[in-house]
Amino acid sequence: MSHKRLLRRVAGLLLSTLLLLPVAAAAEEEEQIPFSDLELVLPERHFSDTLECVQPEDEMRRNHMKYILHQRDETMRKGIRTRRYALEECINCHAVKDDNGEYVRIEDKRHFCASCHTYAAVNIDCFQCHSDVPVRESTLHSLKSGAARHGGIAEGTLTRDTLQLLAAEGKPQ
Amino acid sequence: MSDNQQIDEYRRKFLGQASVAAGTAVIAPGVFLSTPAAAKPADQPVDSGKRWGILVDTAKCASGCNACVTACEQENGWGSASNAEEHSADSQKAQWIRKVQLKDKLSGHVTTLPLMCQHCETPPCADVCPTGASFKRADGIVLVDKHICIGCRYCMMACPYKARSFIHEDLKDQKPWAPRGKGTVEACTLCVHRVDNDGTPACVEACNAAQHGALYFGDLNDENSEISRQLREYGGTEIRADLGLNTGVRYRGI
Repeated sequence: MSHKRLLRRVAGLLLSTLLLLPVAAAAEEEEQIPFSDLELVLPERHFSDTLECVQPEDEMRRNHMKYILHQRDETMRKGIRTRRYALEECINCHAVKDDNGEYVRIEDKRHFCASCHTYAAVNIDCFQCHSDVPVRESTLHSLKSGAARHGGIAEGTLTRDTLQLLAAEGKPQ
Repeated sequence: MSDNQQIDEYRRKFLGQASVAAGTAVIAPGVFLSTPAAAKPADQPVDSGKRWGILVDTAKCASGCNACVTACEQENGWGSASNAEEHSADSQKAQWIRKVQLKDKLSGHVTTLPLMCQHCETPPCADVCPTGASFKRADGIVLVDKHICIGCRYCMMACPYKARSFIHEDLKDQKPWAPRGKGTVEACTLCVHRVDNDGTPACVEACNAAQHGALYFGDLNDENSEISRQLREYGGTEIRADLGLNTGVRYRGI
């Protein structure tokens, strides 16, 4: 076999493999996509119609844990008991009720915290000790954080980031 | 600044001075009526100007009465107020406050008293804590920061008063003002959530409600407080005073 013929054969073999690859992949895809039987619960928005959150929404999405952590040490160590960033007030406002009008617990994927944290696969242990449902009345009556209302969102008041997030969720802006 | 605002400021200053003048009214020579110190604003940290304590008058503490213990359970959600810890033995279950009965063998005289965290000035629990979870607040209240407690239970060994408990099981339905959970140590908090809002611990309130009045709660640093007056006039001892812990909880009649 000459040198040239050998090269041509190898090239042909390679070419045919390349052409066949997508076909083989498509056949596999039809069989079973890994984890396709898993139910993916998307995070939901559960916000008060009358109250604004303590910070703009995009800020809370990114940094809510920092506010809670800061408040935690202030309250625990120094006895500072302002309610604005208290975990209890988060729960009071964002609690979700089921069809029977009962508050859902943290094990339920509809729970405000659980809905996002299940989706993001971030395990939180706040509720091993803290109450996951409202127990006493909120002491926050009106908050003016300068953020947009969660219920009816006024035009031009949201940041670009939030608009992108909303668009990605397919929610009206 | 507009004229109106300026007028408001004058008014405010005048009212402020007027209230200071009215705050201490002289009724008779040597007798003053003074307004109590203003409540701590929620955004201010506690400071060492105060030292909270409880005085137990064992002569008034009724044998068989369990009001303080029950009130603590209800307030903080442990014991009979919680349906958790069902797999734990009685000796393992949380016990923030317990009634102790003492009997003098010679005379047969029986004394009962509530025993809880003594809120030491130099708490051994905080000394031995490897993470800093056991600590004493500036105002003398000894607490467990369960966020950083690793459940090693050194503090339970170190405490001379057997005041601390370890939670062995998952809990549910805790009170928002008294978070508690598996794998952490807990004890009497002197109802810190009430104290921070100018309240009185649940046990003291219950004892007064039961008409016994055996418990006095107040600021040990304030010489005009009822607890300081009682201690000054009638005295009160520490349990295990030999340890030199300078406890915030004192007993009379033992």
